[in-house]
Amino acid sequence: MTASSLKVGARVTLAAGDFQHLLDALAGRGYRVMSPTLEDGRLIYGEIGKVTDLPIGWTAFQEGGTFRLEHRQDQAFFGFAVGQQSWKQFLLPPHQTLWQAQREGSGWGIIPQVQEIPQFAFLGVRSCELEAMAVQDRVFLQGAHVESTYRARRESAFIVALNCAHQDPGTCFCVSMGTGPRATAGFDLALTELLQGEEHGFVVEIGTDRGAEVIRQVPRRAATSGEVDAAARAVAAVAGNMGRRLDTTGIQELFYDNYEHPRWDEVAARCLNCGNCTLVCPTCFCHTLEDSMDLPGAVAERRRRLDSCFTVDFSYLHGGSIRTSPRSRYRQWLTHKLATWIDQFGCSGCVGCGRCITWCPVGIDITEEVRAIRETAAGPPKE
Amino acid sequence: MAPKRKPKLSVWKFASCDGCQLSLLDCEDELLTIAGAVEIAYFVEASRAMVKGPYDLTLVDGSITTAHDAAVIQRVRRASKYLVALGACANSGGIQALRNFTDVNDFIDAVYAKPQHIKTLKESTPIAAHVKVDFALNGCPINKHQLLAVLSAFLQGRPPMARSHSVCVDCKLQGNVCVMVMGAPCLGPVTHAGCGALCPTYHRGCYGCYGPKETPNPAALSAWFSQRLGMSEANLVRAFRAFYANAPAFRQESEAHDK
Ligand code: SF4
Ligand code: SF4
Ligand code: SF4
Ligand code: SF4
Ligand code: SF4
Repeated sequence: MTASSLKVGARVTLAAGDFQHLLDALAGRGYRVMSPTLEDGRLIYGEIGKVTDLPIGWTAFQEGGTFRLEHRQDQAFFGFAVGQQSWKQFLLPPHQTLWQAQREGSGWGIIPQVQEIPQFAFLGVRSCELEAMAVQDRVFLQGAHVESTYRARRESAFIVALNCAHQDPGTCFCVSMGTGPRATAGFDLALTELLQGEEHGFVVEIGTDRGAEVIRQVPRRAATSGEVDAAARAVAAVAGNMGRRLDTTGIQELFYDNYEHPRWDEVAARCLNCGNCTLVCPTCFCHTLEDSMDLPGAVAERRRRLDSCFTVDFSYLHGGSIRTSPRSRYRQWLTHKLATWIDQFGCSGCVGCGRCITWCPVGIDITEEVRAIRETAAGPPKE
Repeated sequence: MAPKRKPKLSVWKFASCDGCQLSLLDCEDELLTIAGAVEIAYFVEASRAMVKGPYDLTLVDGSITTAHDAAVIQRVRRASKYLVALGACANSGGIQALRNFTDVNDFIDAVYAKPQHIKTLKESTPIAAHVKVDFALNGCPINKHQLLAVLSAFLQGRPPMARSHSVCVDCKLQGNVCVMVMGAPCLGPVTHAGCGALCPTYHRGCYGCYGPKETPNPAALSAWFSQRLGMSEANLVRAFRAFYANAPAFRQESEAHDK
């Protein structure tokens, strides 16, 4: 096929045996390729250089509070849904020194912080994760206060999306949230893995001009209609077999009418208020600032770090914390994710990735909590 | 601003392994700075104490296990403007508080050749059970970076900060994949942060050696340990009856399974 036919929206096929060329083309353009990979038997997002760094032949069994890697029958490169980590760790680092100051005579001088902006290529970004980035864009890039670290990292990142196929239904519910499992926007390239029938390979959809430039450097051929259909069927199979479901009808009213629902006490009895759900959630953005000074009192420092509304310190205002009970903290998390987020940012704070369910140490399931409240909802308060 | 006169620091040891005091000596790079910033006025074992003072800042490690120590801590408190309790022993009674769950005389008879010479109290108790503690720094042993932060805050006249949220928060910030969700029991969700999630970073469950976090929920964690991870009642007792056995939240939980 000719280079000129490589336009945005075009689909080509990349043989699994040629995948290394894609990694090399990205590396050749100066990108650090970040991808799902195994480290000490754990599925993480880390830097890779070789195809063999991918979790080839692995799948993940996921349930509330449970994650197990298992061998597959085939050699799928991406035969699992998302793991614990999310791309937010690269777009806004969980720890960052914002500034330092040094005592100079009777005053202070600011020591400038030199920020290195890594150029990332994210490989294997699921549709729910693209949507989560779009949610964080609203948080960090809109309005009067733009987050400069996030913006610099986000703008330079090259995105290779991955349509979900050939995976365990796990704890995903993107179909309920309208966020997946097929990537529709926000990528440079989008892959769908082909395993059955056709030879092992990938249908690649070109999303941007720079995506087309990368594909020009990779051996490929025009995708056949059979391959495009097979890809669509594999994604549809995932869509038809979601691990969870969440009914979002009237979701804001449901929460606003049920602040005193007995279910909040019931879930608080099981919740450890450990904060894991917010920390793994790809849209949760809350950070706190911490100041410190060295022993001689010569250098002061302000650091930012990821925080969680599950800690008692999180709601510390003058004189004390306003959310001392675990009940009020669980209610804050769920209400923010699914209801007040819509008032605040015009979209839901949940993209249905299922991480908060799998990675809650005691398997508390937000879809189950919403269902329980809905089943015995109080209804709107009487006039 | 730091006061013009160097603040006087005293360090006291009661029943403990010395680990927390060693954390201070372990601050090799910073020791000279500390010595330059404070006057180290007292730093020996409490049992040989001649309490003078007054001291601006007093660090106490160890729990109270004898009538003699119970009297000394009263005098230490009177001589100290600001008192910081260091570690599991000073803040909960330590591992030696295992005696609180049984009859201490059984231990004495089993361990000592001449039990009649042993004078000890029935229980090992934290410093706060005897006198007012201005700040509790937890850990078994404490983290030296946190100790330095406490000293620095004191010198700057700011309240010290040692976050009381779960170990999980620090664990996630480190980027660790959760060992508990991968199948190993972990006390991180009920344990006070401070260690930097040391054990999970090395793929081990947390042992709870920084004591209970703020608003802990050990009962919910135990239920998961037993129902989902198959932990026996005896092992649940052991899980909560260790470094912070006598801390109320952990004590209550181990007693609930000790039938
Ligand atoms: S939630 Fe949907 S898009 Fe996300 S991993 Fe699961 S199936 Fe894929
Ligand atoms: S819902 Fe689960 S992960 Fe979230 S705070 Fe509660 S116990 Fe922790
Ligand atoms: S709330 Fe849970 S399911 Fe929704 S986006 Fe966050 S982690 Fe994923
Ligand atoms: S759910 Fe909690 S941690 Fe997440 S964004 Fe909302 S307030 Fe912040
Ligand atoms: S490994 Fe332990 S400390 Fe870390 S997040 Fe999991 S439960 Fe919490």
